[in-house]
Amino acid sequence: MYDKSKIIPALVIFLGLATYPIWHNTVSGKARYVPKPELPTDKAKKECVEPKTFIRVNHKTLLEDWKFSVVRNGIRTYQASNKKAYTISLNRTCMNCHTDKTKFCDQCHTYMGVTNKCWDCHIYPKQLSPGPLAMRGP
Amino acid sequence: MQFDRRGFLKITGLTLLGLSAKPGWEVFSKIDQPEPSPMAESLAKIRWAMAVDLKKCWSAKEGCRDCIDACHRIHNVPNLGTLKEEIKWTWTEPYEKVFPEHELEYSEENHRDKPVLLLCNQCDDPPCVKYCPTRATWRREDGIVMMDFHRCIGCRYCMAGCPYGSRSFNWRDPRPFIKKINPEYPTRTRGVVEKCNFCVERLAQGLIPACVEACKEKALIFGDLKKPDSEVRKALQNRVIYQRHPELGTKPKVYYIL
Repeated sequence: MYDKSKIIPALVIFLGLATYPIWHNTVSGKARYVPKPELPTDKAKKECVEPKTFIRVNHKTLLEDWKFSVVRNGIRTYQASNKKAYTISLNRTCMNCHTDKTKFCDQCHTYMGVTNKCWDCHIYPKQLSPGPLAMRGP
Repeated sequence: MQFDRRGFLKITGLTLLGLSAKPGWEVFSKIDQPEPSPMAESLAKIRWAMAVDLKKCWSAKEGCRDCIDACHRIHNVPNLGTLKEEIKWTWTEPYEKVFPEHELEYSEENHRDKPVLLLCNQCDDPPCVKYCPTRATWRREDGIVMMDFHRCIGCRYCMAGCPYGSRSFNWRDPRPFIKKINPEYPTRTRGVVEKCNFCVERLAQGLIPACVEACKEKALIFGDLKKPDSEVRKALQNRVIYQRHPELGTKPKVYYIL
């Protein structure tokens, strides 16, 4: 190979720069970051509509089904697997316990780079109390 | 047996054709019918309708907007301040514009410029539903023309189709233009069409529509047309009633009593 003495150091430098984000995050401990969705501390709010394992995998389809049920079919109660009936409402049921989406939803969504548009229209209770939305008007 | 390339291809082709016949038939013979909702049967026993008693409405103080304000407040309807971008669920127009066919050469002076409350007519045969390419709007069995804001792609075909101008389009994010947000009802987002929904969320809780509740003159009468003794049926009895553009065949279910 011609110019071995130039090419190999240049390649090493290039690879080092290209992989900079990876080893920087490894060294600084960022790569070991685990999202910590904050669960409600209130005892009455300990039980979710479905078991944790189900919710973890299926919360998106559950919410989609809820939307379909209310909007399309006009059915506003959900018969959960624990034989309890819940009002189908993102705002009044889900966010009643998980009051702050930045401490719950966003934890994993931000980590995974998931964007959703729920809050473009729906309003979670915390959003209204001291926030930009509540500051406006009477 | 002589088995050349041509023969091999023929037999393979025929075998594949034979194998795909049944699944192919299953796919193409199916007609995609929307599934009837489980509530359809109970909803079909109801037909919601509204009557507007114009004489009573006009007896209110000048510029009364109680019904409109109540509606827009609970549904987070923004006030953008311009006519071009106006979002309206309920609104008023002068009498002669609402019923141009009533306008005679010497029209009744006492009706001229009088405000007439307008809202989605919740038609029996709604043109907007036919035009919607995504089925984001449809007619419920109880007659309410519903909207699924999640599904609306903002093509505005429904707005072009509606002969009553009942639909509005969000040209921009409506949130900054809502005076006070009601957390019980979602806001809309940019690029979505919206309209009056006959307070379907209130009906589900056993309440009457917000505008009917807000009217101090009791000029708005709401009820079930299928019940002979309902308030709305009684209000329509022995009275001269009008509908907007009945000649279009949309069968509107908002009546005007004069």
